[in-house]
Amino acid sequence: MGLDKGEKIFNVFNALFMLFFISIIVFPLINIIALSFNDGYDAMKGGIYLFPRKFTLVNYETILKDSTIYRAFGVTAAKTVIGVIGHLVITGAAAYAMSKPYLLGRKIFIRMGVITMFFYGGMIPTFLVVKSLGLANSFWVYIIPVLFSFYDMIILMNFFRSLPESIEESAKIDGANVFQVFFKIIIPLSFPVLATIALFHGVYQWNDFFVAKLYVTDKTLYPIQYYLYQLLTSAGAANTAKAGVYISKAFTTQSLQQATMIVTTLPIMLIYPFLQKYFISGMLVGGVKE
Amino acid sequence: MKSKFKHKFLSQWELQAMVWPSIILMIIFCFVPMFGLIIAFQDYSPLSGFTGSEFVGLDNFKAFLGDKDFYNVLTNTLAISLMKLLIGFPLEIVLAILINQIRLGIFKKFTQTISYLPHFLSWVILGGMIISWLGSTGLVNSFLLSMHLISEPLSFLSNPDAYWWIATLSDIWKEVGWGTILYLAAIAGIDPSLYEAAKVDGAKILKRIWYITLPGIKNIIVLMFVLRVGSVLGANLEQTLVLQNSSNMLRSEVIDSYVYHLGLTQGDFSFATAVGIFSSVVSVTLLMIANVLTKKLSDSSIF
Repeated sequence: MGLDKGEKIFNVFNALFMLFFISIIVFPLINIIALSFNDGYDAMKGGIYLFPRKFTLVNYETILKDSTIYRAFGVTAAKTVIGVIGHLVITGAAAYAMSKPYLLGRKIFIRMGVITMFFYGGMIPTFLVVKSLGLANSFWVYIIPVLFSFYDMIILMNFFRSLPESIEESAKIDGANVFQVFFKIIIPLSFPVLATIALFHGVYQWNDFFVAKLYVTDKTLYPIQYYLYQLLTSAGAANTAKAGVYISKAFTTQSLQQATMIVTTLPIMLIYPFLQKYFISGMLVGGVKE
Repeated sequence: MKSKFKHKFLSQWELQAMVWPSIILMIIFCFVPMFGLIIAFQDYSPLSGFTGSEFVGLDNFKAFLGDKDFYNVLTNTLAISLMKLLIGFPLEIVLAILINQIRLGIFKKFTQTISYLPHFLSWVILGGMIISWLGSTGLVNSFLLSMHLISEPLSFLSNPDAYWWIATLSDIWKEVGWGTILYLAAIAGIDPSLYEAAKVDGAKILKRIWYITLPGIKNIIVLMFVLRVGSVLGANLEQTLVLQNSSNMLRSEVIDSYVYHLGLTQGDFSFATAVGIFSSVVSVTLLMIANVLTKKLSDSSIF
């Protein structure tokens, strides 16, 4: 069926609106990219929109020479990789066991989990518990408290249940034990939903600064986001002001921050478009079946 | 009986071994802190611990309910949340409907990809970008100056009266595209023959959206609305910590940042926990009320 006249007009306005919407998202981001490639002192005069006015690579050269940034990047990369693998193994294993209706204690565990979705100990009691476990100022404070997520377990459990029983049965007849079935059969079959959860947890690990703010005072354990946070807040600004000699003619703290922001965000920006179809379907598995 | 249970348990020991690490983690990080809420009724000091601290009954609750700072914080929290709800919530639905109407497949997919992008920026990064955009020589001031709309740069972030808008608009910018995902999926699930039939009957496009698309996604709208109402007191701690400064404090302090500052900066654990309990109790109550109301007004609800 063809388009009526009203629909044609609607489509034209809709396309224009979408171009406007895309510009509102993209132009401010391009502005930061332009600033990160611009001479810092020149940028202070204002008037830079989408292109650098006085092009330079010095912001990037400077931050990539700084060993504390490498250290912070290393911490972030480590907590993202270890965090994602740990989260998938712990939460995935629980989800697989819970997908078996004959698991003893299954109902009690579900009830406990539902309680945690409504009631929460809150920031202060959680802080006291984590501290008393000796996790403060330890790398593991980034990993252990978030190894398990009830919400992610429900998503995975629903997915595992939808897999045909017969595949597992034939593997068991061939002599595979439960762990072999889980690692060699279930996990490879569950790529889309595992990719979704890995993306969400990975983005959380990559982006989080609050855990470091709460529990970590050891500077060698700062993740890149907390390093940036300190640069941006007044405490950080005071520090950089003290180190005024550090600032050359070509860059300012702001231009360095802008370059750091671009470098920090780039990995996620490069990955998420490729995982788009997985996270959309993954979100629906979670949303619909609950 | 007992040996039968033991036998059954042992026969599935592998599965039990897979589930127990998670049970232990849940007990430690979810249930133990719940018992820790007891400190709200104590004059807690880290030296005496949970068991040794003196019980003071409801004194901590009386203290914050009598404190005018608390009402200021509550006002900020409700104002920012309601602005996000009133502007952001309908915008997500409208955007989802419009994205769904894009006819060119590749343009549609591109728009979606771009719209999800800001969701993946951390609040630290976005906060840094906002500081750049709103700075005295930043994007916004440069633009307004060049258009002669202002004669000298405005200092947005140190103006407390601008803070509610900055918080609301930056949150919408970040999350509006991401918020369309569930609506787009729901729209895709509507039977296409309904649209064809309406077209045959001469219904114009806006009528088709109003009478077919919106009713078709009503359930998901209700679900999202109830969840949003349940979280009006949780006005984004990370955003607040990044955008807050000493000049906008009066309008930027929200409940979660207040709890953080009182408890972890000033060390008043009991008082901060009492405020936290108040906020959770109100949130669960609001969730229930919103659920009952939507059940009465429409026939769908989440429980």
